[in-house]
Formats: sequence, C-alpha cells, structure tokens
Amino acid sequence: MKKGVMRPGHVQIRVLDIEEAVKHYTDLMGLIETDRDEQGRVYLKAWTEVDKFSVVLVEADEPGCDFMGFKVVDEAALVQLEKDLVAYGLDVEQIPEGELKDCGRRVRFTVPSGHAFELYADKLYTGKWGVTEVNPEAWPRGLSGMKAVRFDHCLFYGPELAAVYDIFVNVLGFHLAEQVLDPEGTRIAQFLTVSMKEHDIAFIHHEEKGKFHHASFYLETWEDVLRAADLISMTDTSIDIGPTRHGLTHGKTIYFFDPSGNRNEVFCGGDYTYPDHKPVTWQAEQLGKAIFYHDRQLNERFLTVLT
Amino acid sequence: MAVFHVINRTTGDRFRCDEGQSVLKAMELVGKKCVPVGCRGGGCGFCKIRVVEGEFRCGKMSKAHCPPEALDKGEVLACRIYPRTDLMIECMPQPAAPLAEQTKTKP
Ligand code: FES
Ligand SMILES: [Fe+2]
Repeated sequence: MKKGVMRPGHVQIRVLDIEEAVKHYTDLMGLIETDRDEQGRVYLKAWTEVDKFSVVLVEADEPGCDFMGFKVVDEAALVQLEKDLVAYGLDVEQIPEGELKDCGRRVRFTVPSGHAFELYADKLYTGKWGVTEVNPEAWPRGLSGMKAVRFDHCLFYGPELAAVYDIFVNVLGFHLAEQVLDPEGTRIAQFLTVSMKEHDIAFIHHEEKGKFHHASFYLETWEDVLRAADLISMTDTSIDIGPTRHGLTHGKTIYFFDPSGNRNEVFCGGDYTYPDHKPVTWQAEQLGKAIFYHDRQLNERFLTVLT
Repeated sequence: MAVFHVINRTTGDRFRCDEGQSVLKAMELVGKKCVPVGCRGGGCGFCKIRVVEGEFRCGKMSKAHCPPEALDKGEVLACRIYPRTDLMIECMPQPAAPLAEQTKTKP
C-alpha cells in the first residue's frame, strides 16, 4: 500500500577523482552539471528531471554509494514515514535543509543490508533542462554523449534481504515486482517499486554489507543503447557486458564502469507492474538467464565486482 | 616510448606493457587472462596482484582494497599500476567466495 514515497530522487556516489568523474557523467553519459558546493561535491541531473539534481558526486578514498534518496509527496508524509521508521525500530538521522544545496530536510536511515537511504519532500524545482514548460519541444539540443533521460534505479548487494523487504514493503509502501527464489524458497533477489516500473530499487543477496552494484539511467530506445555502446568504445570506457537483455524486468541494457570502478547501466524498455500484479519469479537455478537473457550464464563480474 | 615486460610468476604468463599503459590493460590487449578483470578503475579490488620485482607508478586506488600496508608489501591493483621497469608479479588468492556461496541467503 502506498505510504507517500513517490520516486527515486538522488544518489550520492563516491569517486576517486572528481574531475574525471564529472567528465564521465557529463560528456559520456549526458548528465548536466547544475551546481557544486563547499565540500567539493558536484550536482548533476538528467535532462527530463524536474528537480535540480539527481546525482551527487563526492571525492573519496574509496568508491561506492553513500546513500540513495527517495522523494515523498509532501511534508506530512515525511513526518508520518519518519514516525513509522522509528516505530519499526530504525535509527533515523536528521539531515538539515540545505546540507545538499537546494534540498529540504532529509530523514536518513540504514537498513540491515548496510545501505543508507533518505526520504525528503522538497528540492528546488528547476524544470526539464533545455525545454520550455509551455509548448515544449520534443527534446533539447546540446545534450552530450548518451543523453541519459533520467536517473532510474540502483541495485545494491548485501545480506538480510528479508528484513530489507519488510522495511521497504511494510513501512515505505513499496511493491515487490520481481524476485529470484532459491530451491528452498528463500528470496535471493528482490526488485521493489513505488511506480509502474519493474524496479525503483533492487537488492541481491551478498554476505558483505553495503555494497553498490550499479546506478542506472533510462534511455528511450534500443538504438540509443547501441549508440551508448558505440560511445563506450569511442571513449575506451571500461565495459562490463552488453548490449544485451535482462531476463529480470526484460529491460535492454548495457553495463559499464565509471573511472573509479562504480558500475553504471543505461537501459531501455522493460516490463511494467501495477500493485495488483503478482511478483514475477525467477528460479535461482535460472539465475544466468534471469540476469543475462541471451548469454544465459553469469559472468563472474556480475556477482563479485562491486564498490 | 619505452616498452616493458611483465612476467606473472604464478602462471608463467609474460606480456609486453607500453609506457603509460596499465598492467591490466596490457594483459587484456594480448588476450591473456592471468589476472582477473573487474572494473578497470581501481575500485573493486578484483585485479589485485603482488609486485615482487620492478618499479611502477600508481594511479588512484580504493583504500578499501589497497590500504597503505598493502602498498608497502607490493600488493596493488593491476588496473592502476604503470610499469617504469620490467615487472615480476604474482597472483593473490581471491577473497571472493565462490558463486554458489555468494547467492545463498542465511536461513
Ligand atoms: S579491476 Fe577493479 S580494481 Fe582493478
Ligand atoms: Fe539495473
């Protein structure tokens, strides 16, 4: 049942070299730099996003993901969700308004898989980039590289998937769209959504806590995914796998790495879900096909190369 | 431009590495597979090796996988080292659990 969580809002990604990373996320992926702050963090957005930023890059000794934030419908929902998280027994941390530039107060909590999440209700509305609000053109000229359309989802690796499911579904109002079950019926992958998309966030079981598998960005067409692959070659960017199709979600995809080794995805297509849909289930015995529908086998990197 | 040679004494593989090229990239270019290839960005630790002989320059590497103590022992990430002389390297045991264990959820 919906509890007021609306959509993925932002992700803060740690990088080893900020300028190299900015070049990757802007020139190659087509995000737009919208601001920087005193901590040296760089704020980026994809062109169709209405708020000021969705990706925050921060220079650090160790790459990975600091947190992912979800936007909630309003302050009242934020107050209620915060109470619900506390009642569930989670510690919540208050991040004051403005700690991320032009973003309202955030409520941060860490789930048992070791990942930090945030909820917030307000962020500066800057509108879609490069098109007018009234009588907009189809797309803006002047986009770079892959011309990423929006920040779409993240995949995290960690333990305690059942507890994470409980929080996301029963406290935050997410809906389980897809899952992978092992022969004993234990869920080893869960794709959760607050929208019609097959995932706004996904988790795969892994012994080590808090690992980051990828941040994903939406493209419109398969042709765009192929063009992304061309650009990856042209720029000698580190490729992981693709272009190919996932069995899970059936999205068409390519995986590659940013200059600090964080995995990125751009994808198009994919199935849709409504809250009355039963979860789509893949069996762990078919995990290869579930992840890479054409190869039908996992590359070792998919399970072990993480930041 | 200088050309160096890298010998992996664990596997016996030998390959050339141009000045300014990372050891991992040089290995991939000649189609060898004697060091595991992950992110190629110094982030995942998959390509960790030990350099037992030779001089090299380091690029930025994740502290999680290459803390200063490791660096002192010559334990580095092959995707982020650039030879200055010929190098003798050896493989490191892979810390990652095998595939079957990775996907198991504790009951
Ligand atoms: S391949 Fe990831 S650290 Fe070298
Ligand atoms: Fe994805």
